[in-house]
Amino acid sequence: MAEVEAEVGVEKSGFLKWIDDRFPFTETMKAHATEYYASKNFNIWYVFGVLATVVLVIQLVSGIFLTMNYKPAAAEAFASVEYIMRDVEWGWLIRYMHSTGASFFFIIVYLHMFRGLLYGSYKKPRELIWIIGMMIFFVLFAEAFAGYLLPWGQMSYWGAQVIISLFGAIPGIGEALVEIIRGDYSISDITLNRFFALHVIVLPLSLIALVFVHIVALHHVGSNNPDGIEIKDHKGADGVPLDGVPFHPHHTSKDLVYIVGFLIIFTFVMFFAPDMGGYFLEHANFEPANMQATPEHIAPVWYFTPFYAILRAVPDKLWGAILMALSVLMPLFLPWLDRSRVRSIRYRGWIYKLALALFVVSFLTLGYLGMKPAESIYVLLARIFSVIYFGFFILMPYYTTIDKTKPVPDRVVYHG
Amino acid sequence: MDKRYSNVANRIAVLLAAFLATTGAYASGDVEMESAGNDVDNIQSLQRGARNFMNYCAGCHSARYVRYNTIARDLELSDDQVANNLMFNAEKTFETIQASMPADDAKRWFGQPPPDMSLMARARGTDYIYNFLKSFYLDADSPTGVDNHVLAGTSMPHVLWRMQGYQKAVYREELVPGRDDGITRQVFDKLEPVTAGTMSEDDYDAFVRDTVNFLEYIAEPERSTRRKVGVWVIIFLSFFLVLAIMLKKQIWKDVS
Repeated sequence: MAEVEAEVGVEKSGFLKWIDDRFPFTETMKAHATEYYASKNFNIWYVFGVLATVVLVIQLVSGIFLTMNYKPAAAEAFASVEYIMRDVEWGWLIRYMHSTGASFFFIIVYLHMFRGLLYGSYKKPRELIWIIGMMIFFVLFAEAFAGYLLPWGQMSYWGAQVIISLFGAIPGIGEALVEIIRGDYSISDITLNRFFALHVIVLPLSLIALVFVHIVALHHVGSNNPDGIEIKDHKGADGVPLDGVPFHPHHTSKDLVYIVGFLIIFTFVMFFAPDMGGYFLEHANFEPANMQATPEHIAPVWYFTPFYAILRAVPDKLWGAILMALSVLMPLFLPWLDRSRVRSIRYRGWIYKLALALFVVSFLTLGYLGMKPAESIYVLLARIFSVIYFGFFILMPYYTTIDKTKPVPDRVVYHG
Repeated sequence: MDKRYSNVANRIAVLLAAFLATTGAYASGDVEMESAGNDVDNIQSLQRGARNFMNYCAGCHSARYVRYNTIARDLELSDDQVANNLMFNAEKTFETIQASMPADDAKRWFGQPPPDMSLMARARGTDYIYNFLKSFYLDADSPTGVDNHVLAGTSMPHVLWRMQGYQKAVYREELVPGRDDGITRQVFDKLEPVTAGTMSEDDYDAFVRDTVNFLEYIAEPERSTRRKVGVWVIIFLSFFLVLAIMLKKQIWKDVS
């Protein structure tokens, strides 16, 4: 911020001045915390960004301690996880933290993305924030997928087998590509080693870098709000948005309440239901990987199942893989698919509300169907809901144009 | 109602029923399961289960991630008690439970070595093991003389036959669904005792329940620690939540 540099007369202690002469500490703190203004009317949907950061930190820290005890070798991986669970001091805590964190990461990221759909956060001028966010989502997918192989249980092994073999459907280069990914003719010790390298170095580094860029872009254009209007359009004489409050201490103190509330839910699951009935830790994964015995029913972890259901809804392997990839990619195009004049759902007409409701129902149903065996009735349902899923995106330019919007207020709605 | 519409209504009902059917948490095929009803907090039951496991199971099944001294600690036994009563093939209490039967022989005799039991309760569920141990029945075609209703074609013999006695499978005739030509098929009905064991049915159920209970315990020995710590963490966080709310209110009091 330009104002920051112009500021004079602030008494600085010797040490802070010494730092500031060499590093823009005070300037950065002001620009991104004490003088970064965000709307005062944020509701609970606006907390999932900071919660995602909290979970990222949980995953990084617990991951470091797991890495100290885990052995990335086909012959030792499964036993080393049990060693962590039984013999390492507090090892069970670290492991449950990481496995519970993985599922919560996706719960939070899905809710964070849904917030974008509710309040049009991807619309101009925030297209890049959205696209960077989608890239974070893709990397998170890869990170979770690589991490899931590491315990070397039956589901680790066969889940990876199924998903990696999808690349084999690509004509011409498919088989060669699969071999490059696995590094072998089947999933083996070599695959485990390279997935470990990806999981603990390449992908987390990419995640951190992308999260940093995501926040830089956000702070450049400013946060959206539940009314979907620009608080920068109404500034006071001091240049501060009238409806804005500083990120610190206002939003940080509010976030702290939500963070602690979230931690209560998180630790409750971690301490009292770490398997979550087989959804967070799948039962079959308590059996070591056995390449001679295919489990009777292979289902990926819950956060992949909506897309897995779309894959299986298509009778052709190649087209199934293409549609699955498309279903993950579709949200990327939202900034250009959405032609509505307003951002927030508060001022949209019934058509968008209905479309969004159908989309949520189809996403949840596909998630459920992805866990069920691919039998006739489930496949039929998966097809119906896949059509609705894609319809939400493909028809969006049309229905957001004809949808009748309500007048948007000048200032944000805030009830104290 | 128009026949066409009633057809559609029927289909929707079938769809809904399929949709609402809850997800089976464990892959169990279509065998009906009785609840194991075990209580992993019952130390006496766990002690009996440990005795059962070491006497009847550990000859063939290892529990290679489980240490004897962990069992001593959690089951309120001294190391000496464990060493004198439960350790048949180990020297030191920090050792893990290894099967007495050599793995090579096991493979030769049974086609595959008996599975390790450390995590069986988490992989298959306690109900599965409970029902499995109660579902052996006579089958003259099987090399072990028995088959199992829960895991058809199992290579495990009926180790507990002395206590339970032998059972036989009873089938009933049933019309083949979807056909109207009167052709019937045999459907499993129930298991029926053939010879009496040394235990009554209730005593045998209790014996199996204790054993399954022990298997659930060894699948996650840190379970009780986790729950104890969890209570304190939640209490601490709830207290912290109140402070956080007060702080937030203080900071936001001037915002209107």
